[in-house]
Amino acid sequence: MSPAPVVGVGGKPPATDEARSVGSNKFTPYALLSPGLLWLSIFFIVPTIVMVGTSLQSGSLFDGFTFTWEFSNYTDAITQYADTFIKSIVYAFIATVLCLLIAYPLAYTIAFKAGRWRNLLLVLVIAPFFTSFLLRTNAWQTILSDNGPVVGFMENTGLLWLLNSIQTPESWPEWLQFFPEGITATDRVLATPLAVILGITYNFLPFMTLPLYASLERIDGRLIEAATDLYSSAWKAFRKVTFPLSLPGVVAGTLLTFIPAAGDPVNAQLLGSPAEAMIGNVIDSQFKVTTNYPLASALSVLLMATIVTMVAIYVRKAGTEELV
Amino acid sequence: MSSATLERTLMQPPPQLPPARKRSVVARLWLWLRNHLIQFLAGLALVFMFLPVTIVLIFSFNEPVGRFNYTWQQFSADAWVDVWQDEQIMDPVILSLTIGLIAALVATILGTLIAFAIGRHKFRGRGATNLLIFMPMATPEVVMGASLLALFINMGLDGSLGTLTITIAHIMFCISFVVVTVKARIAGLDSRLEQSAMDLYADERTTFRKVTFPLVLPGIVAGALLAFSLSFDDFIISSFTAGSTITFPIYVWGAAGKGIPPEANVVGSAMFLVALVIVLAPEVTRRRSKTA
Amino acid sequence: MTDQQSQAPAELASESSAGLTATGGADLHIVDVTKRFGSFVAVDALTLTIPAGSFFALLGPSGCGKTTTLRMVAGLEEPTDGRIVIGQDDVTYNKPYKRPVNTVFQSYALFPHLDIFENVAFGLRRKGVKDVRPQVESMLELVELSTFARRKPTQLSGGQQQRVAVARALINHPEVLLLDEPLGALDLKLRRQMQIELKRIQTDVGITFVHVTHDQEEAMTMADTIAVMNAGHVEQLGAPIDLYENPVTTFVANFLGQSNLIKGSVTGKSGGDVLLEVQGSRMAMPTDRVHSDSDGVWVGVRPEKMKISHQGTAVNGENSMTGTVTDASYMGVSTQYLVRLPWDQEVSVFSQNLSTEGPIRVGESVVLHWEPAHTFALDASQDADAGAEKVEGDS
Repeated sequence: MSPAPVVGVGGKPPATDEARSVGSNKFTPYALLSPGLLWLSIFFIVPTIVMVGTSLQSGSLFDGFTFTWEFSNYTDAITQYADTFIKSIVYAFIATVLCLLIAYPLAYTIAFKAGRWRNLLLVLVIAPFFTSFLLRTNAWQTILSDNGPVVGFMENTGLLWLLNSIQTPESWPEWLQFFPEGITATDRVLATPLAVILGITYNFLPFMTLPLYASLERIDGRLIEAATDLYSSAWKAFRKVTFPLSLPGVVAGTLLTFIPAAGDPVNAQLLGSPAEAMIGNVIDSQFKVTTNYPLASALSVLLMATIVTMVAIYVRKAGTEELV
Repeated sequence: MSSATLERTLMQPPPQLPPARKRSVVARLWLWLRNHLIQFLAGLALVFMFLPVTIVLIFSFNEPVGRFNYTWQQFSADAWVDVWQDEQIMDPVILSLTIGLIAALVATILGTLIAFAIGRHKFRGRGATNLLIFMPMATPEVVMGASLLALFINMGLDGSLGTLTITIAHIMFCISFVVVTVKARIAGLDSRLEQSAMDLYADERTTFRKVTFPLVLPGIVAGALLAFSLSFDDFIISSFTAGSTITFPIYVWGAAGKGIPPEANVVGSAMFLVALVIVLAPEVTRRRSKTA
Repeated sequence: MTDQQSQAPAELASESSAGLTATGGADLHIVDVTKRFGSFVAVDALTLTIPAGSFFALLGPSGCGKTTTLRMVAGLEEPTDGRIVIGQDDVTYNKPYKRPVNTVFQSYALFPHLDIFENVAFGLRRKGVKDVRPQVESMLELVELSTFARRKPTQLSGGQQQRVAVARALINHPEVLLLDEPLGALDLKLRRQMQIELKRIQTDVGITFVHVTHDQEEAMTMADTIAVMNAGHVEQLGAPIDLYENPVTTFVANFLGQSNLIKGSVTGKSGGDVLLEVQGSRMAMPTDRVHSDSDGVWVGVRPEKMKISHQGTAVNGENSMTGTVTDASYMGVSTQYLVRLPWDQEVSVFSQNLSTEGPIRVGESVVLHWEPAHTFALDASQDADAGAEKVEGDS
């Protein structure tokens, strides 16, 4: 069974079986990556490094800034704005949780219960994006206006009073006072923490919904059917099967929500009073108004450090690797 | 028991049937709610999302007394007619559109290249690359804007902040979103399609041109649209890198303190409707062709 | 089917055109081919010649290396060792687009963004054919899909997609057409239909078909020659009837249909026959059906070759054993019996329902008998369960 035709040069065997990419050439990936990564390096990484450098400078806009290892910027930042930091983290945390609670049923519906309407629903989730978010956040001023129906409803049902009574105890230290006068006032919602938190929740809803949807969509619907069949209730099936399987989406969504939320200045500015100012507002004004670049940079670095630490712990606990 | 007897016996209803259960209207309604709780909550979420959009749309037809457009006065379509002549608004709008187009174009190209590298090739430093891509999506915009400003200041560019610096910044934060979008599309591509093309006498380049690229294109387009929306709508980073240049969000912000005119709402609503049409059009044509 | 010759542009001609003829031309030689993935050996020094114009099946369970072999012939995998030769041309390291070979993929791999016409025309266009219309239209007629020319693949049913995949490959008049379990996703009725279709097309067109499948009925129905593969090598190669009636290994005996294997030993010869001692009984069988070098053998008989009669029936000139019926499954055309033999082995018997008395009842004592020429003997050192279908409860 062993013939011996030998004519014909069939071409050289490749070096390894491994690099079988289309258009293969060992340098192709690096060539593809370079332009984009270069851009990100120059305009993301380098600025971050510059910012860290600036945080250790001293001086003023008139006299010029010099690099003097000025660690007092950091101590100043902490002593002056510890309460703002805490407040921002708390607001962002509550908003993230609210976002998760609101977005999950939405994502779940689109993934499992939408059928032919799935694409349409996805468009609807993204659609509000197309209206300027400033205009939308501004619209909340109309919705939550003092004489409007929403506030009226909350006042009459006692909800307003209830939320007002949730206050941080006076015995707590200054820097821990994130709800000194309650979540709302007794007669209004605007210019109270609730408005800001609502605004943040609203703004980041798509960032929570889409990763959740992407994660849920990958789950085989039959797994859920089987679970519902096996467990005593739909809730249990959800808790034991669906939710754990959607965890990567939950982690991605909460990160994409919490991190930007913690540094957001717009909602606090448009919907809150100066008492609700978040760390984003402080950084913003320190940079643009006070022009105290070193302090502002120190605040930014502290914010990022806090966030990175929290994220690292969170991701480790949640145990997922692929974030995107 | 014979075949016929068996048939007769087993095809009769049993002598003693348990009583049938009836449900009251209320019980049925409650049952429907329980069964459709998730959809109900999802509906509420959608209402929540669209409430402000509706307000923006409605108030573009308002004729406010004075400068502040927070309470409904009376219906007027004046804003829709006047806005196009209003240079104060249209200049920023056109600028934002221009920056959006350029930023989307560049970010899409850079991001698509990265996505192909990640999705189709082996290389070292994959973890670091993924991290670098993820970080701009997750960093607070204040921090990104502030650090870019710090960079520009240190480069001595603080006198010439404007369209160029804004565009540079926008490209920066859009790349990541494009990468994620295109990467997802590439991952969903069946590699056997490319093998099939090669089996049918297409070399690597031709396979890419005729099979891979057309199939990834929807993802690229989606990434480009996303980049454009993010750029057009960006305020925070723009505010740091714009100097005295005014983009549309910067204009709205500036107007927020003095009273946002209904004309701004017109722009917002118009963008919304145009974008909706663009995104829905392929859906509608797809459904039409399916029934053809 | 038109007899238009395909244009053979330079890129297709490989290095020499000596061995290439237009239709059904060249032999396919797989010479000592090995494929290793890390430490796993998928294909083990395989040597095989597939004659031009034949319908050849590679049959085996999943993981036996048949698909890997196919992919190496297509050029989608590279052999770790060995050569692949088509006609006179060594194509071992040629890219897929430089081989006169086309593949019908298991999942069809139709291009979703092109309509049916363009899918079928794809190969022709790549070869530079200017006017593809006549060829595409006649090919679509061949597979009876002319009215679907402008539809997209997603608008077609599974069976229709499969026919498009075949058309798309055939239209290029390859030397060899490779089919990777193309009927796997179809329902039974459609599969039967397509088996007949493919066989008819192959006979009409005369191209060499290499068909990879794990379905032994499919292979036996369609192929002229079958190579049974297991763990990277060929267990037996031959015409379906030869493989079935005269298997040479326990794997083949169990993989194709069912076999009863009983321990026995060779005791001597007599004329053209071999004498056996099987669990106390004496049997005989033709010498050329013994496939064992040692004296310890598995004596094999197919269940449908065994006749079952009431105890005491005369069985002159046949091999026989006695036993008790433990199961009788009436199946209309035949009855499937399980008979327990005195040494506690159970064998299957398929008996055509020719008797007017009805099937033999459970518990009855019976005698099983068969023609000596239906016996085959295999090496006793082989695993008697090799190739058998796993049943619930087996350890």
